[in-house]
Amino acid sequence: MTVQDIIKPENLVYQKSKLLTNKPFHYCPGCGHGTVHRIIAEVLEELGVDDRTIGVSPVGCAVMAYDYFDVDFVEAAHGRAPACATGIKRVWPDKIVFSYQGDGDLAAIGTCETIHTCNRGENITMIFVNNGIYGMTGGQMAPTTLEGMKTATTPYGRKATLPAGAGFDGIPNNGYPLHITELIAHLPGTKYVTRQAVYDPAHVRNAKKAIKKAFENQINGKSGVNFVEIVSNCNSNWKMEPVAANKWLVENMLPEYPLGDIKVDGKLVEK
Amino acid sequence: MASFKGAISVDTERCKGCGVCVVNCPMGVISLAKEVNGKGYNYAYMAEPDKCIGCASCGIVCPDGVISVYKVKL
Repeated sequence: MTVQDIIKPENLVYQKSKLLTNKPFHYCPGCGHGTVHRIIAEVLEELGVDDRTIGVSPVGCAVMAYDYFDVDFVEAAHGRAPACATGIKRVWPDKIVFSYQGDGDLAAIGTCETIHTCNRGENITMIFVNNGIYGMTGGQMAPTTLEGMKTATTPYGRKATLPAGAGFDGIPNNGYPLHITELIAHLPGTKYVTRQAVYDPAHVRNAKKAIKKAFENQINGKSGVNFVEIVSNCNSNWKMEPVAANKWLVENMLPEYPLGDIKVDGKLVEK
Repeated sequence: MASFKGAISVDTERCKGCGVCVVNCPMGVISLAKEVNGKGYNYAYMAEPDKCIGCASCGIVCPDGVISVYKVKL
């Protein structure tokens, strides 16, 4: 049996979702954004809600997400995607509204909007792609950057505490990695909070299940924010090849940001 | 035991040659081509088509969604 015999429409088992447009992603080779876009499109297609879905894209690498999804989209100001999604959901409660943000958008400039949207318990889905760096602007330190990680603004590595007696007493330091997902999980307004990754097939499947649950909760009208963090890579700004970046992610990002459900159906998961 | 035979088709012009599919293929079917596409990337292709079982792992991890997977039961 030749390859041409197998490649026929009746034998198709997997292809890109029809909810993605044919425009090629502008993301760097190997970037997790593309994978996350793909699984969101697959979930929306499987749930059959594409005709009443409105997405809110962030400022950051995913700023042009509206070009790639064949659903309605709004582009929000930097960090304000949850506030924008709140407005849309309140005006059209029957629409399925999701925000898509990176760590610089959601955990830095949009911390206020993130926390208050979660605290109000809006019935929306929030997708948070965490790669520990500002990707689009050239690899500056983000709140989620790991300790010791070199970025454009921390060329000697992020230092949470400066050495005592070094003459820097009283000068603000770089702080600790911000675990915003754990933080908002403790708010009563969140319904489902989870952290996933997309570096290999098993984790992509888990992430897809999590995103599906986050959308199903919203469709079923369960009040509360459904929050999915995806630990992703930024091979360009980590200055690695895509495969090496995924390996680095497993070795360094995952110990700091462990995967798994943090809150399910409004109850914190016991560790 | 039923066995499966698979095949992939790669949208070579959209492939960015990141190589994530190469390391995630359990059967070692995929390699990056020596030739480049219009954007200058070494695109992925089936180097050993006989080994493919149609598991779709490559399609599931592909960040650009360029891989379509086909499978037949023998």
